[in-house]
Amino acid sequence: MTNRSTLIGALAFLVLAAAAPALPPWLISLATIAFAHALVVLGLVIMWRAGLVSFGQALYYAVGAYCVALVSRFTGITDAFVLIVLGGLAAGLLAVLVGFLLARYREIFFAMLSLAMSMILYGVLVKTEALGSTDGFNVAPATFLGYAPEGAMLNLALFWLVLVLSALAAAAIGVYFRSVAGAIAVPVRDNEIRIEFLGLSVNRLIHLKLVIAGILGGVGGALAAMTISHVDPNMAYWTTSGGFVFVTILAGAGSIAAAFVGSFAFEMLRSIAVALLPGAWQLILGSVLLITILFVPDGLGSLFMRKTRGKEGEPA
Amino acid sequence: MITTRATTRGAAAAVLGSAIALAAGTASAQQPAQSVKLGVVSFLTGPAAGPFGIPARNAAEILIEGLNTGKVPAPYNKVGFGGAKIESKIVDEAGSTAQQVTEYRNLVQRDGVDAIVGYISSGNCLAVTPVAEELKTITVLFDCGTPRIFEEAPRKYVFRATPHATMDSVGAARYIVEKKKNITAYSGINQNYAWGQDSWRDFVLAMKTLAPKATVDKELFPKLFAGEYGAEVSALLTSKSQVIHTSFWNGDLESFIFQSSARGLPQRIPIIMTAGETAVARLGPKMPDGTIIGARGSHGAFFSPDNELNRWFRQAYVDRFGVQPTYPSYHMAQSILGLKAAWEKAAAAKNDARPSVDEVIAAFEGLEFQAPSTTIKMALGKGHQGIGDISYGTYKYNKQKGQPEIVDVVRYPAECVNPPADMTSTAWLEGGMKGAKCK
Repeated sequence: MTNRSTLIGALAFLVLAAAAPALPPWLISLATIAFAHALVVLGLVIMWRAGLVSFGQALYYAVGAYCVALVSRFTGITDAFVLIVLGGLAAGLLAVLVGFLLARYREIFFAMLSLAMSMILYGVLVKTEALGSTDGFNVAPATFLGYAPEGAMLNLALFWLVLVLSALAAAAIGVYFRSVAGAIAVPVRDNEIRIEFLGLSVNRLIHLKLVIAGILGGVGGALAAMTISHVDPNMAYWTTSGGFVFVTILAGAGSIAAAFVGSFAFEMLRSIAVALLPGAWQLILGSVLLITILFVPDGLGSLFMRKTRGKEGEPA
Repeated sequence: MITTRATTRGAAAAVLGSAIALAAGTASAQQPAQSVKLGVVSFLTGPAAGPFGIPARNAAEILIEGLNTGKVPAPYNKVGFGGAKIESKIVDEAGSTAQQVTEYRNLVQRDGVDAIVGYISSGNCLAVTPVAEELKTITVLFDCGTPRIFEEAPRKYVFRATPHATMDSVGAARYIVEKKKNITAYSGINQNYAWGQDSWRDFVLAMKTLAPKATVDKELFPKLFAGEYGAEVSALLTSKSQVIHTSFWNGDLESFIFQSSARGLPQRIPIIMTAGETAVARLGPKMPDGTIIGARGSHGAFFSPDNELNRWFRQAYVDRFGVQPTYPSYHMAQSILGLKAAWEKAAAAKNDARPSVDEVIAAFEGLEFQAPSTTIKMALGKGHQGIGDISYGTYKYNKQKGQPEIVDVVRYPAECVNPPADMTSTAWLEGGMKGAKCK
């Protein structure tokens, strides 16, 4: 089962990477954003499995994005690899810090407290007129180890970068899910006291999840900033976090691949909705969310999961 | 359970199917060489849709229709753009900048538009500008105010016929100093986001030059869409200002008017509303007498001049939508007309053949053209940023006629309220607005 999904994932990665130059450029840009966001969603999936919903994941997303934008603006460093590492580190470090507080809370308190954290950053950024307040500012085009592509080539390079990072993240999270710390997520959700009696610190387990999700959020934000070539405080606003939760519901917490498929489906759906109903596209998004919750409560990922489980003879 | 699974799979397949259809359909739908495909981006949903987005979209609708049927008065009486009919695609501006950048790419790369006219939010304008340059697509920003677009870097493919926001604050300061010669103190209440902060900063800088003795009393920045201003009204009631500056718009503006009127603030201290014009028709007698109204130009029912083009525009607008066009409608109209003027100037140079992108750009740079409410000169940002006149006036509700009126209108010429071409607006304001030609 695990080997097979790894194989499918690897195959999908190779096919996408090879097909990219032949795909229409708008689809490449859309997929780049979608996969950058999928990394943030992956972080939410990690917490979701332990029963935690963060309404403030935009905090790490915005920190990653602003880190890239500020570093390239003030130091002139535009190397994508350096910037992504910095973005991920900055967000991860912040997650370590706020984690000391957040890891002690559960359920709605966790959701609201994480939301509050992101709104503090939003407030600070709005107050910072030197950084353009709500208008934000542009990010210089990324370079790749001295290679400075332009136009369509830059977009393709960013797509490949997002793809490679997505594959790395998917593989690493796969390993994490199979480790004790990762596998214990569902028991944490079901019965914390029992885990504590096993001699494990639930707070520490959750703190680790927060940091992993923070790093993923930062890397996602860094990639998004380079792809959009603009950052603004709205990246830290609660509606951005809400968007990530939306995709998590759409994708479901069942599998890692679902985060990527779900995120791409969401961007595609939104683009189609905007084209079909310019004045009421949110209606389509809302209806799809409703239908998902009603008929596929475990998300798009569960459509494939059920099928395989059904074969194993498990009652549906 | 089986049926639900089948339904969801069906739904998923339908979504995927329509995605493929959309991709395939647009890829194969090559436009006939005759028409010009124009992307129009404006807020159709969200808080900015009511006061700005919808009036702008409406203006685009009647103008494109008028141009395609050749009904717009001279010099715009040629069909479409240089004889080629305009085919428009309207996109909603709501959503994140990531979404706007994606939709911009979709317009150019998927839908194959020839040019784009759009964007109200300054954040969106800044975000799509590098993409427009990358995709080499002529983009006319129509309503956003930030001067940063052309001051941060020279642009090739991006234009803005609508003057930037510095003009609004400078015009406001000039009007106040002209009407209240002995002003000693003033206050401001502005939304805590870029537009509010920039408006107030520019206003204070202009006041420092025009009325150096006047001091800033209260400086209030409630958050955007706060909707409740009890504390702010209390603070303003105790101030000894002679005028209150606000760049509020939409719901915030109306809430502030209602809440401050109930406590007698406008009766004590007149308020200057730089973007007040869009609310006048809606509020009627509820707008306090003595309020100073601006329209980010010389636009709308109260400020726009009587000429053939404007008469046609207003009549067509009123006939279709039953209300007067407000300043966002004029911003949209002058942006489309500017593009048309540039397009046709470029076409005229090559015997009415379809001009290339570079030829339109060359014709647009530094162009001077007639808009319904003012003459626009593409004077700033190396010929990419327009300047025009601005008017301010004082609100008065005519009880006999049951109609709002604006009296004491003063119209300031473009060079009086805009920086010269070789200067950023902040440098110009800080340097005491040297070189302003007011008469």
